[in-house]
Amino acid sequence: MTSSAPTQPTPVEAARPRPTTRRRIHWRDIGANWLAFTVIALLALPAVWIILTAFRPNSEVNASPPIWIPQQITLDAFGSLFGLNPGYSTGVPVGSYLFNSLAVALLATALSVPIGTAAGYAFSRFDFVGSRMLLLLLLLTRAVPGIALGLPLFLLMRNIGLVDTIHGLAFVYMALNIPFTAWLMDGFFRRIPRELDDAAYVDGASHWQTFWKIDLPLALPGLGAAAVFAFLAAWNEYQIASIMTKTPAAKTFPVGLSDFTGQFTVDWRGMAAMSVLMMIPAILFVLAMQRSLTKGLTFGAVKG
Amino acid sequence: MTTDAARLNLPPGSTDGASLLTRLRRRNWFPYLMTVPAVLVVVAVVIYPMAYSLFVSFTPFHLLRPETTSQFVPAEMFNNYARLARDDVFWRALWNTVLFMVVTVNASIVIGFGLAMLLARMTFAMGPVRVLLMIPMMFAPVLIGFQFAWFFNATVGLVNNALLTLGLISQPIAWLVDEPNGMISLMLATIWMTVPVVTIVLLAGRLSLSEEHYDAASVDGASVYQRMRHITIPQMRPFFIIVMVLLSLDLARAYDIVRIMTDGGPAHRTELIWTYAGQLAIRNSQFGMASAMSMAGVVLGVGFTFYLFRQMMQLRKDMG
Repeated sequence: MTSSAPTQPTPVEAARPRPTTRRRIHWRDIGANWLAFTVIALLALPAVWIILTAFRPNSEVNASPPIWIPQQITLDAFGSLFGLNPGYSTGVPVGSYLFNSLAVALLATALSVPIGTAAGYAFSRFDFVGSRMLLLLLLLTRAVPGIALGLPLFLLMRNIGLVDTIHGLAFVYMALNIPFTAWLMDGFFRRIPRELDDAAYVDGASHWQTFWKIDLPLALPGLGAAAVFAFLAAWNEYQIASIMTKTPAAKTFPVGLSDFTGQFTVDWRGMAAMSVLMMIPAILFVLAMQRSLTKGLTFGAVKG
Repeated sequence: MTTDAARLNLPPGSTDGASLLTRLRRRNWFPYLMTVPAVLVVVAVVIYPMAYSLFVSFTPFHLLRPETTSQFVPAEMFNNYARLARDDVFWRALWNTVLFMVVTVNASIVIGFGLAMLLARMTFAMGPVRVLLMIPMMFAPVLIGFQFAWFFNATVGLVNNALLTLGLISQPIAWLVDEPNGMISLMLATIWMTVPVVTIVLLAGRLSLSEEHYDAASVDGASVYQRMRHITIPQMRPFFIIVMVLLSLDLARAYDIVRIMTDGGPAHRTELIWTYAGQLAIRNSQFGMASAMSMAGVVLGVGFTFYLFRQMMQLRKDMG
């Protein structure tokens, strides 16, 4: 994903002292650098520990006294997740959870992005009756916590047989993603100069043609960002999934994680391995859109 | 209805003397058509269920006793709320929730702001630092819950192991059990989740400020504190509001963390509104009570978010 405005300085470039501002290298700057580096390394440490755990043999993970420095790297934990180790299996249907999560997240994204984008375009270009109220109302639905929404949804969807199904969960996630997509796309569309629209209207284009041929292609990076956010939101969601899914037919990854906690024992390494699997989409996306992520979260607040 | 003409994107004066029918025909229906699918879906999946939940909160609905479903008695409609008001656990959960929100929001913003200020002055290794900063963002809240449940585990947890190895403690600490360690552990895990986002947004904000003000301030001999107080913080106001909005959405998901780490236990010590509502509904099948509880929480969450969004909309309007 390329950033939406390549001419703007990225945070990295902007952080470097500009040639015009003379700033002497000061011992305080060096101290600040090291302090920042240390704090951030400490922040990352727990995550690194989890990832490391997934690649260590069980004997090392459960050793007492603890072994701090990994002696051995192995893919054992991932093998047992998928039942590839003949001697030992976790007995957790990771394959079906993976499939369910992918299906739900992709379906929800494919439906919510077009619907949310259309609404976002309307909010960005037209000041129609009730538009401000409507956008506020849409956004407020996001503040409804998952458990508060999950309980009535469970009761209602039970009546129409949508509990514990992939499409039922995907439908819910689609609805939950629409407000944020609309808000995000509203911001992206607002950055496209209105003069382009006016030029199209002068040439006799309809509203739809202007949207489809002029503004939408220019907002493609935004569309990508919206899709990523929608996918990750559905991929990571736990509260509603934990209420709406009960069997491997529909249980998603986040819900399935609890399978590793037995009554008395917890398979921490198996869970670490599953965590790593679950993080793969997020890792790919975050690395791909490092630069545009910040913009995605902050535009609309400042001009240009 | 005269103000409508301006809002309808009609050429000025086009509604003069036109009948209602003509005005309706001339009205630009395009934005309505574009928003209808979104509104329909959100009404079906969020608004309608929440209205239903409000109704259920006035009934003694118990999942395992189907006859209670439509037992709506006007005289007894506030029974659930009255019972909640007498329930010590509810008040404890409410107090814990408010404490949890206030501490995590403020701590995340203070830590994130400090980090952003440090990073803004950073002259080397920005690349690796940024990747490190984003690592916690790759974890779903539920993963963060499991991760910290393990770290704070009394017998096999990383925290106790490290403290024992370093010789700082001689007996393992029951992080998730004792009071107030339980709440502290939950808050630490949540702050770990929110700090990177706060830092990234505030860093973007700091880097977007022009250097002119700072140059002028240094000519006038302003101190570091004065520059922070009178330039940095006021100019970054929009970014602080974005952070608050993002945090308010993130904290709604903090339930995942709490659910996994303690589930409100032991003995309701770390009970939040959401864990308590979940228990009433899922463990006790008392959907009526749980719905009443949800309503109390929704008012809290939506009120807070409403206030923040209003501020953000105002800023958006001010800044074009």
